[in-house]
Formats: sequence, structure tokens, C-alpha cells
Amino acid sequence: MIGLDMGRLAAVARKEIREYRRTPFIVGAMLVLPFVFLINPAIVIFVLSAAVKPAAVAKEVGSTFLVLLIVPAVIPATIAAYSVVGERDQGTLEPLLTTPVRRGEILIGKALAPVIPSVGLAYLLFALVVILAHFFAQNPAVPATLSEGSHILAQALFTPLLAVWSIGVGTAISARASDVRVAQQLGTLASVPPLAVTALVSFQIVPLGVWTAVGFGLGLLVIDIVMWRVVVAMFDRERLITGSHAAKPVAVSPSGLPAGTVRRIQSLGGVDDGRGHT
Amino acid sequence: MPTATGARHGETSDPAAGAAISVSHLTKRFGERTAFENVSFEVAGGEVFGFLGPNGAGKTTTVRTLGTLIAPTSGSAVVAGVPLSPATGNEIRRLISIMPENPGLYLRLTVQENLELFAGLYGLHPAGPRIAHALEVVHLERRSRDLCRSLSKGLRQRVGLARALLSDPAIMFLDEPTSGLDPVAAREVHELIDGLRRRGVTVFLTTHRLEEAERLCDRVAILNTRLRIVGRPDELRTRLFSGALEVETALPLPTPEMVFNGEAGVQGWRSQGTASYVLSVADPRAAAPAVARALVAAGADVVSIAAARHSLEDVYLQLVDEDPEARR
Repeated sequence: MIGLDMGRLAAVARKEIREYRRTPFIVGAMLVLPFVFLINPAIVIFVLSAAVKPAAVAKEVGSTFLVLLIVPAVIPATIAAYSVVGERDQGTLEPLLTTPVRRGEILIGKALAPVIPSVGLAYLLFALVVILAHFFAQNPAVPATLSEGSHILAQALFTPLLAVWSIGVGTAISARASDVRVAQQLGTLASVPPLAVTALVSFQIVPLGVWTAVGFGLGLLVIDIVMWRVVVAMFDRERLITGSHAAKPVAVSPSGLPAGTVRRIQSLGGVDDGRGHT
Repeated sequence: MPTATGARHGETSDPAAGAAISVSHLTKRFGERTAFENVSFEVAGGEVFGFLGPNGAGKTTTVRTLGTLIAPTSGSAVVAGVPLSPATGNEIRRLISIMPENPGLYLRLTVQENLELFAGLYGLHPAGPRIAHALEVVHLERRSRDLCRSLSKGLRQRVGLARALLSDPAIMFLDEPTSGLDPVAAREVHELIDGLRRRGVTVFLTTHRLEEAERLCDRVAILNTRLRIVGRPDELRTRLFSGALEVETALPLPTPEMVFNGEAGVQGWRSQGTASYVLSVADPRAAAPAVARALVAAGADVVSIAAARHSLEDVYLQLVDEDPEARR
């Protein structure tokens, strides 16, 4: 990419991944959430009887499809929401910003770290559901519907685009937030709007076909591009640094001197200036 | 007491032809609040320059401005030969390094991993030898695999210094590098700064520790939103204070005014304790013999007569205490 140094970008991404690996909350989220999101597909696969009609099956598979898209939408948002406010919290943001790294390199490096495992995990879950459906589904319409080209295409397109959205929004919230927990809660909420759009397809309010998938994919891509431009604009060094420091109250004693200085003067019984003043 | 920044600078500094930092009428405001105003000074290459001032004086904001983290409201500066502007931020950041008051280490990463990150950000290839050298300078070779969270504050500060050294910067900004350190750890940091001076690195040191500034700095500036003074510590003492003699006698003088008033070279005097006196004199070396003779003539038993020495702390307190800005 023009203007970006791949070495710096890789350094940021490597650091993020190293930190994630040693953060129990992130490792826990990555391990536990996929199991939670497998509950709905498991019900569809193992409970839906052969007697259920194809229209009803399509509806159930649609809900499965939506549940699987929550993985790339929610997990990266939760992680990204920590990315900037977390740095500020532990005092690492300022040293980072004093280096020659460009904001694009910081943002992309930080985005790569959660996007790769999240998208990989989402694809893995989808593949797992399709395989399980082929072997264990009681209703033959379940694997057939899941394996439709339009479904696979939609999953392939929507997964990274949703992840990019959620990371961007999470990062933007993180850049403005002053508290890690608030940032993570808002980040999770911010992943809901694009999911609502994909729900139109999942629940067949808009019938899913190849062109519908491509159209929605393009729509998400445009939203992602616009949102990332906003994120880059928000990632301003001065704003990031002074956001927490500019309004910091100054502790000055009534005499105008720092409190420690006054105590010292008092302990010395006055200060001689050499001209007879104390 | 003179206050004009430009005049102070003109009187005291000895700017080298190629100044490492040149600041001219720099001002930074955050809305209604002024962080610092009309600040001008120069720092010569290889100089250890102390930047002093009370809390909220604008020291850290000045460092952040010169470090291109914050844009000035007005004025200009040249840092490491590069004019400060939004377009030159990256170029300047390549040539300098800043160690904030809090070293800001990634506590879940090891010392080595922290340094690897910053070596990558500065584009240092191969990074290994640079990291090893930086660790050697701060005597942390054996702790490279330790998680930073397991290090004491003093060791973290040393890792911060190693990080700042990685890119072999022309200018290092050290913001309160000994803040919160015990005397032993602080002394180690002082030795490291001495080492930087010997290597010809320009050091811009902000500190609250006046004895630290006096010991380490070639010149100091005292900031209190506006720059109050710039100069060598001894020069500032001479400029701000006339000479003084401290006289101690075995017993209090019955009529000290008879002894000191009218004595050649003595401009004033005051008691300091029961049998101790401080005399304001133009030249302590010239006045001391005459004062000794006068005391002996008055029948006093002289215990000691010595030139009083003012510390940088006296200079600091004098300037800050007289500054109306500080009283607001």
C-alpha cells in the first residue's frame, strides 16, 4: 500500500498478537464464543426432523447463517475496542506515537491482529457446520441449503467485510473512549447495524441469490471504506495525546509554588536570597 | 529582575552554529488555556539542557510540541535541523527519541519484545545488535527475557532509556527520568545521562529535581508558562544574587550595626540565628579581610567567615516565587 512501511506495519501487528496471546480475556473470548455460536447450528442439524418442510428449513438455516456472522462482527469489535484506550490506559500510547510510525500503519497493524483470527475462526465454524450437517442432519434439506453457492458466497464475502467494519468502529470508539469497559460495550453494540442488514438476507426478507450477495457485499465494502476514512481522520496524534491530559488540573499551592516546594521552604525556616530576604 | 524572554536568551545562551534545537516565540494554547507562551531558546548540539518549572508550567507540553505530538499555536522551531511543521513530523521523529515520565512499556511483553517493537517502528535492520547494545548500555542484558511487569520501577525506567537509545537519536527528550526512583536508581539514571553527554547526544531534560539539573545540565531554562530565564547554573546564580558572606561568631555581637554598617564593600546585613550574620557584599573575596579586621577590632571571637553559595534551587525559587503567573 502506498505510503505504508510493511516492516512497521508488521511490527505493530506482531506486538498486538503477542499481547493478545498473553491476555486471558481475549484468549477466553476466542475460545468460548465459538462454542456459544455453535448452539443454534447444532439445534438445526440435530433437532430439525425430516418432516419439516423446505421453506421452514430455509428459515432455520437463515438464522444459523446469521449466528455464524456474529462471530466476525462481535469478536473483533470487542478486541479492537481495547486497542487504543488500552494503550492509553497502560501509558504506552505516547511512546508509540513518538516514533516515525504513520497512523495508517498503526491502524492497519492493529486491525490485522484481530481480523485474521476472527475471519479464520468464522470460516472454520461455517465449514464445521456444513460438514456436521452433511453427516448428521436429520433433514436432508439442511446440508443442501447450507451448501448452496449463494450461501457460501455470502458467507465468504460478508465475514471479512463485517470484521473490517467492527474493527474500524471498535478502533474509533477506542480512540475516543476514556474507559476500557465502556469502549468494549459500545464496540459490541456498534457491530449490530451491519448485522441487521445481513439479517435481511438471512431471514429471506430479501431473497438470497448470487447477485444479492454480491450487491450486499459491495454495499458493505462502501460502508467499510467510508467508515475507515473517518477512523483515520479521528486518529490524530494531538487529539489522542491531549484527550486525557489537556484538561488535567494543576496542583499548585496557595502561594503559587508546587506543594512539595512549599513544604521544603517551611522545613528550612525560610529561604535566604542573599539580600536579607527570607 | 529581567523577564524578557528574548533578552534572556540573547544574554545567556551560547548557541552553536548548528543548534540541535532552535525555538522562536513558540506558543501553545488549548482553547482559553495557555500551556506556554512566547518561548524562545536554543540548545546546542551535544548539550545537556535542563528544562525546569513548577507543575503545569508547560514543560511536558513543550516536549510534546518539539516532539511533533502537538502542533504549536504560533511561533516556530527547528528540531535536529528540520523545521517543525505538520509535514515534517515523521522526519523529526526519526531523528529524536522521547522518554515520557512514565516509560510506557508493554507489561505483558518481555524486555526484548518491547525493544523489538520499537526497532521495527524505527526500521532498524538487523535489530538484534542494536537491541543488544542498548541493553548493554543500561546494564540489562540479563533481563531481556523478563516480562516487563516483573521489573521494578527503576528497571522499567532503564528499559525506557534503552528504548530511547535504540534509534541512536540526535536528540533525546527525557521527561522526569528519575521521577519516583529511589536514590540508587536515580544515580544510575544520572550516570546514563552522563554517558549520553560523553557520546555527544543532545539531551533535553525536564525535571523537578534541581540538584539533578545542577549536576547534569550544561544550561537550564526555567519555564512558568513563559520562559523566565536561560543560562548556565553558575551564571544564573551570579546574575540573580549579589555576593554574600556568612559570618559566625562565638557569642552574639552586642552592636552588630556598629561593626557592619559603613564597612567598605558591605551593602547590607541581617542576623541568621543567635551568633550568625549574612552580609550582602559586591565581592566576597575583597570584603572578607575587611570584615575580619572589623570583627577583631570590635573584640568578637570569629568562628568562621565564608562566602555564601546559592544553589540552583535558590534561583528557581526566586524566579518562581516572584512570578505572578505562579500565584494565580
